[in-house]
Amino acid sequence: MAKQTVSAAPAARRKSLLRRMFDKRVCYAFALPYMLFFFVFTVLPVLTSVVLSFTDFNMLEMPGFVGFANYTRLLFNDSIFIKAIKNTIILAVAIGPGGYLLSLIFAWFINELQPKLRAVVTLLFYAPSICGNGYLIWQVMFSSDDYGYVNSLLLRLGVIQEPILFFSNPQYMMGLIILVSLWSAMGTGFLSFIAGFQGMEKSYYEAGAIDGIRNRFQELWFITLPMMRPQMMFSAVMSITSAFNVGPVITALCSYPSTDYAAHTIMNHLTDYGSIRYEMGYASAIATVLFVIMIGSNLLCKRLIGKVGQ
Amino acid sequence: MRTHKLRRRRALRINRSRSGNVAIFLLIILYGAFMALPLVYAISSSLKPLDELWAYPPRFFVQNPTFKNFRDLMQLTGDGWVPFSRYILNTVLVAVAGTGGHLILSSMCAYVFAKHQFPGRNLMFQTVVLSLMFSTAVTAIPSYLIMAKLRLLDSLFSIILPAFGSSLGLYLMKQFMETNIPDTLLEAARIDGSGEWHTFWRIVMPLVKPAWLTLIIFSFQGLWNTGSTTFIQSEQSKTLNYVLSQIVTAGVARQGTAAAATIVMMLVPIVMFVLSQSNIVETVATSGMKD
Repeated sequence: MAKQTVSAAPAARRKSLLRRMFDKRVCYAFALPYMLFFFVFTVLPVLTSVVLSFTDFNMLEMPGFVGFANYTRLLFNDSIFIKAIKNTIILAVAIGPGGYLLSLIFAWFINELQPKLRAVVTLLFYAPSICGNGYLIWQVMFSSDDYGYVNSLLLRLGVIQEPILFFSNPQYMMGLIILVSLWSAMGTGFLSFIAGFQGMEKSYYEAGAIDGIRNRFQELWFITLPMMRPQMMFSAVMSITSAFNVGPVITALCSYPSTDYAAHTIMNHLTDYGSIRYEMGYASAIATVLFVIMIGSNLLCKRLIGKVGQ
Repeated sequence: MRTHKLRRRRALRINRSRSGNVAIFLLIILYGAFMALPLVYAISSSLKPLDELWAYPPRFFVQNPTFKNFRDLMQLTGDGWVPFSRYILNTVLVAVAGTGGHLILSSMCAYVFAKHQFPGRNLMFQTVVLSLMFSTAVTAIPSYLIMAKLRLLDSLFSIILPAFGSSLGLYLMKQFMETNIPDTLLEAARIDGSGEWHTFWRIVMPLVKPAWLTLIIFSFQGLWNTGSTTFIQSEQSKTLNYVLSQIVTAGVARQGTAAAATIVMMLVPIVMFVLSQSNIVETVATSGMKD
């Protein structure tokens, strides 16, 4: 159908597109209610954000067009933003691929267990990501005085002489944020892997064994993973999301701003200018930069996952 | 007899070495301990009486468990000028309405995305996939402006309506439908004179039960965990998570109560997950109809 229309004259092509759309009007009726909500609450905010990033909007006055001024200020006159980019990339690389591989590996391991045990372990691994702000428990465990569990343990073992200010000392902040994030990284993507492993047909493995698959690693690489590409891509996207959205966790654990901006990320910078300083135009430019980085890492993942099993 | 049994067992699990099994089991236990530690600590702290919370050196496990922290939590939340039941009602309302609407609308849309060809389909779906990565925090500013324009500020609809159009459910549903509903089945329905609406409700939806259970869990969890939002100012429209977060972040003096609040918030999503997890496994096992 598509090939026929390409060779036709432009006028005829347009007509045939409308015609095709009319023929499929039932499809649009099915998609419309959802797409309406999706557009208003997801697409429109992103577009608005991009448009606002070229203005000096501050909630009070009419926004005026300023061209690329916000972007040049971000890249050349904002040393904290450069620090935020650096931190974001460090955290993203540790939490994104780290959480992704952990989810994949442990979903694979768990799949080897007996069904009853499998259900229990799945719950245990998934539980930390369900409880919205359960990560606050880490703050209690790593509390900065000697009543904090970790501090008192280290003191008694003689490893340290005085309690460590875990969440205010730049030396420990990033490491702890990574630890806490990995703890709650077994979320949606992990469940998707669990479901993917369980949905595999046993006969593929039997056929594989006949064709010379000798151990479980070969089985994973040559049979399971290529069959699970949809789950893998989905998990990757979820990992990217969590990797770039650690901002609120950082604010909750290290308070805002973190000492020396040592754990300052693009997300924190965005909240700073958006909800504290009300420089909406500038904040929108930060959001737009974040969008671009996210889309870039998405494309990178697509390319990597395409190579699986080859 | 025994060797026979062993051999049969080995035949059932191909390509599995004993040492590999042991290694895997050990790794699961190790990482499982890391995952469980904070949760156990939270449970243990929530049951500690005051003197144990301030004991030095601090103990990991509770010695004389008490429910005093939970009673304190009840008292604390009951003291507010908005009755505690109001927060619960708000949260339940938001979670149920948001999840219900999201399930129906996104399933309808996912069905045509998965099983029909029409101009603009790929563009729309790719946009949804891209948006999976954009958390609401990134678009907080423009969202606020849009909510203000739609006069949704300070109403529970500012949480419910965006949930309808959230992208995660649509994505999951579309992926699931694409692989789990054979085209031949739909064609058979078409030949039998079944309209799209009828096909969707009578044939497609019953076949994708695992997917909608998953979707319900995710959507419900997200909504249940909705805490403070910039869209809602008045106290009587706030959610349970908001109140409990206030208690958790109140400071060390209320450590026990904070742990109790965390436990209360975790309980509902976990119970929901436990209930639907068994259901998912069951439906995945019985719906093994592949092309």
